[in-house]
Amino acid sequence: MSKKNYKLEARNLNAYYGTFHALKDINIAMEEKAVTAFIGPSGCGKSTFLRTLNRMNDYIDGFKVEGDILLDGRDIYARDVRVDELRKEVGMVFQKPNPFPKTVFENVVYGLKIQGIKDKKVLNEVAETSLRKTALWDEVKDKLDKSALALSGGQQQRLCIARALAISPSVILMDEPTSALDPISTAKIEELLYELKEDYTIVIVTHNMQQAGRVSDQTAFFYMGELIEFSKTKTMFTSPKHERTQNYITGRFG
Amino acid sequence: MTNSELNRFKDKAFQWFGIFCTMIGLVVLAIFLINILIDGLGRIDWDFLNNLPSRRAHRAGIYTAWIGTIWILVLSSLIAFPLGIAAGIYLEEYGKRNRMASFLEVNISNLAGVPSIIYGLLGLEIFGRVFGLGGSLLTGALTLGLLILPIIIVTTREAIKAVPRSIRDASFALGASKWQTIWFQVLPASFGGILTGVILALSRAVGEAAPLIVIGALAYVPFAPKSPMDEFTVLPIQIFNWISRPQEAFATNVAAAIIILLLITFMLNGIAVYLRNKWQKKVKW
Repeated sequence: MSKKNYKLEARNLNAYYGTFHALKDINIAMEEKAVTAFIGPSGCGKSTFLRTLNRMNDYIDGFKVEGDILLDGRDIYARDVRVDELRKEVGMVFQKPNPFPKTVFENVVYGLKIQGIKDKKVLNEVAETSLRKTALWDEVKDKLDKSALALSGGQQQRLCIARALAISPSVILMDEPTSALDPISTAKIEELLYELKEDYTIVIVTHNMQQAGRVSDQTAFFYMGELIEFSKTKTMFTSPKHERTQNYITGRFG
Repeated sequence: MTNSELNRFKDKAFQWFGIFCTMIGLVVLAIFLINILIDGLGRIDWDFLNNLPSRRAHRAGIYTAWIGTIWILVLSSLIAFPLGIAAGIYLEEYGKRNRMASFLEVNISNLAGVPSIIYGLLGLEIFGRVFGLGGSLLTGALTLGLLILPIIIVTTREAIKAVPRSIRDASFALGASKWQTIWFQVLPASFGGILTGVILALSRAVGEAAPLIVIGALAYVPFAPKSPMDEFTVLPIQIFNWISRPQEAFATNVAAAIIILLLITFMLNGIAVYLRNKWQKKVKW
């Protein structure tokens, strides 16, 4: 590795669900303010790896992690790391839009409210900036006090991104964020990724090869719990080093 | 008859049989209600609700009984509501899936099946004698609270279980603690279901006579209770007491008292249905 400062790094990472060895000796370093895509067939460990990056697997019985994950050089599984503090730094967006059954406004400011921030002015400001960042402000500014569940699927997903942005993380993890959306909503989210990487480090899991090619700067290919190949997206899609990668991205298996 | 005609006939036949089965229960209930209404409706007036019990049937009222019933309702919900919800939350959200958990689960289901008179004996011994509360309202409320506790625990767990994983994930991912997630997301989303369960449990408690008879709730209480430490009676006991008397006139009183008791029960059930509908409209996944 060069002397470059990486935002997120995994070193000799192994993860287990009970006796199942889900991630095998992963070593990877992701650059700051770039989009990294994780690709690979179902069950290859890419989502598991994504969820170790903000410790979302902590609550799963029998889940165990060995090795280090470094965020800005600090091990996030160290004893003195508080999970809630970590998640303020590393936000997450899920596969299916999962807005809370509350108003649009309440959704956006939830992360702030649980931090004890009650100042109406601050909340209003953050809500507006976050919604503007996800290009949702003009669509929902008159519906802030309406239920978030009344929005369309694509709007809901952008609301979930806005909600994650509201607590100003530096990393955003996205677990197949467009797989439940129609092509137009998908395009809007991809466009958004392009703008967001100015300020955020983004890690996205996707099943859609074209999407990985379009939105990411670097791509990691996982297979059976192993990281097979990790390189610049352009390099991977034009001249993959491994045959497996080649087969997967050309659609011969997966 | 062709095969398809036969099938259609069977289909129709079963449909009618099903309607018949459904009607049996409803018709019996309707006959009972009409009977009670004919016997008792004329007896209900302001005096009946406001008179103290008496040896003379036409002067006897249910004042002490319905006041006692309200007291019991309020007190036992104050006791069982927080305990049951807290236990349900613990079992569903915090309890680890191990031997201890399944042991607890089996025993809570067992508790729900224990005959109510056994709860009465338990209440008599523990609350009445060991705690020295005697035949007071508090003893009755604690006993009934215990009786409905398993029902509340089970419905709380069901309601909490219905809140999707994705909502919890979203909350955790925003840095919320487990308690914050429960307090801000899980409970508001499941509150309708929990409340419905609590009210249905209460409407069961309202009808209980056996455990209260055991702890010594009396039919003849000359004054309405003014504090949780007072002696008391409730409607089912008043009904039980009157029906065991030989005079014809008391049977009319019984019918009237049953109408009042049913009114309270139906009202509670009505509130439960209303709340359920209201909440279901608000929370859709």
